[in-house]
Amino acid sequence: MGKKILLEHIDIPGIQGYEAYRKVGGYSSVEKALKMAPNDIVEEVKKSGLRGRGGAGFPTGLKWSFIDKKSGRPRHLVCNADESEPGTFKDRFLMEKTPHLLIEGMITSSFALEAHLSYIYIRGEYMWVYRILERAINEAYANGWLGKNIKGSGYDLDLHVTCGAGAYICGEETALIESLEGKRGNPRIKPPFPAVSGLWGNPTVVNNVESIAVIPWILNNGGEEYAKIGIGKSTGTKLISASGNIRKPGVYEIELSITVDEFVNSDEYCGGMESERPLKACVPGGSSVPILPANLLFKTAKGEDRLMTYESMADGGFATGSMIGSGGFIVYDDRACVVRNTWNFARFYHHESCGQCSPCREGTGWMEKILWRLENGYGSMEDIDVLWDIQRKIEGNTICPLGDAAAWPVAAAIRHFRDEFEFHVKFPEKIKNREHFVAEPWEKVKHLLMKEEVLV
Amino acid sequence: MSEIKFSERLNERINVLISRFPEDKKKSALLTILHEVQDENNHVLTVPLMDKIAEILSIKPIEVYEVATFYSMYNHKPIGKYMLEFCHTSPCCQKGVENLMDYTCKKLGVEQGQVTADGMFAVKGVECLGACGYAPMLQLGDYFHEFLTPEKIDKLIEDCKAGKVEMISKV
Ligand SMILES: Cc1cc2nc3c(=O)[nH]c(=O)nc-3n(C[C@H](O)[C@H](O)[C@H](O)COP(=O)(O)O)c2cc1C
Ligand code: SF4
Ligand code: FES
Repeated sequence: MGKKILLEHIDIPGIQGYEAYRKVGGYSSVEKALKMAPNDIVEEVKKSGLRGRGGAGFPTGLKWSFIDKKSGRPRHLVCNADESEPGTFKDRFLMEKTPHLLIEGMITSSFALEAHLSYIYIRGEYMWVYRILERAINEAYANGWLGKNIKGSGYDLDLHVTCGAGAYICGEETALIESLEGKRGNPRIKPPFPAVSGLWGNPTVVNNVESIAVIPWILNNGGEEYAKIGIGKSTGTKLISASGNIRKPGVYEIELSITVDEFVNSDEYCGGMESERPLKACVPGGSSVPILPANLLFKTAKGEDRLMTYESMADGGFATGSMIGSGGFIVYDDRACVVRNTWNFARFYHHESCGQCSPCREGTGWMEKILWRLENGYGSMEDIDVLWDIQRKIEGNTICPLGDAAAWPVAAAIRHFRDEFEFHVKFPEKIKNREHFVAEPWEKVKHLLMKEEVLV
Repeated sequence: MSEIKFSERLNERINVLISRFPEDKKKSALLTILHEVQDENNHVLTVPLMDKIAEILSIKPIEVYEVATFYSMYNHKPIGKYMLEFCHTSPCCQKGVENLMDYTCKKLGVEQGQVTADGMFAVKGVECLGACGYAPMLQLGDYFHEFLTPEKIDKLIEDCKAGKVEMISKV
């Protein structure tokens, strides 16, 4: 059994409530923190090597050390619980099961940042989880862990939960801040970074739910202890949301060192494929990261075992690798059509583009249209090249990374599955039905394309 | 002054939400207030309702409209009493949600995006709801219905008709 840090207590009856949580040592990290110097906590987090679990993997301790403590302005910690990256549902699981773990993490982290007013921003669709958090925060106030002079330490902290209303872009940290200010979720141009000017112009740290929920353990056990788990710069454990055609979809906590093969095929995790249909492809880190064909999932291009770590998942760059991202691990068997799937993601990004930058606003729409055409048998060979061109022109040319997030999946799909796109152009009658590869998987029909090429 | 009167419960709730922000940052409560107001007013945010919210928050009406039109969870037209919002993003599609939506539409005699003639039901495709591992799924009110099958859809629709389905979560 792998080590459990975040999910250690989730099966304890009543753990959603304060009493049960306190009984298993809940809130002890706050007791410890209140006796420490705030900057020593930041140092401890640095030592842990913890990397942000929201997707970008930026070192959390380092981010905390950037917060402006000199200007004398009020500081804020904002927890990003917007979780909308397709394939990702771990934060919801954590908040639903152990809301107090997140609240404890928020208090300890706020103390480290010397913040006195902090927020959890949760996506509007998680309304019942919002209520769970609201209840848990009320319990924390009632038991003296929030409010004025916490446990006689002289430290004051107010913590509240607030919600969004259906906009993926509000997961981007500056859009989240705008939304938290009661505005449209339009990302801000950086710099200034939130650490200097964030919520209401005050120095602000934005962290993912999972990043904050692991802080109590790090403080209780020490950063060095945390860094012993995992490999290299991938320290600790990570929650993976597993979905698609596996036997046991769900949220798993893994040590950042196991192989992808173990994760997919062992009974401790996904339990292998759901049927005898073979694995075709995997999106290992949420919809934004490059799709990997089966042959590059378990092994890197160099033939080494691929591991569930930041480095190994990225091995080979975008040519033959991908990213661990938010840990949204989507497995596709051979019923999946890569063209259809890419169109589906393109529709998502087009729908979610905030519309501020033309490459993203227009480009995502064009990509969606062209992919629809290809998927439905109205595409041409040039369409594939145009698609390639559009995604290249979005990447790196926008205010926020949503543009890149929309471009990468398209690029990877063409890179690894170009022949499938061509098949859609050459055999429109074969792909009319949306379940075309259900009846006849790609492996069974791809010889048609080869034959055609020989003839030409 | 607006003609609209909110219920006592709603006014109290709005005050609680506003109290979570600094005195001069009341506007931050806007998104949450819009949810609460919509919940109490047949799921639709009309102009008079939005104007009333602007008045309460001491902001310009346009500041409310621009937010209310940006986010997908706010409605400006009547929706069915029971709006079945199926997630139609890739992981759910891989688990057959498209066929299930076809099934539901056929059963209710509507197309996607339409409301049934009696105003009871609507079927809509929405983007990933964070339940990909429990696919196929739909959202109804504040709650998720997961691992759906045609049988479960039949049961859900019956329960709705019988008024047995919980829609709004409470603190
Ligand atoms: C389009 C877009 C969507 C994002 N969505 C989320 C999200 O839902 N949750 C999240 O934690 N981070 C999300 N991020 C990353 C945040 O901007 C930010 O990096 C993160 O919350 C920082 O937390 P961490 O350092 O703990 O990972 C998103 C980024 C982009 C560009
Ligand atoms: S890249 Fe897209 S989502 Fe991001 S700011 Fe520009 S238009 Fe908005
Ligand atoms: S894809 Fe349907 S809930 Fe995520």
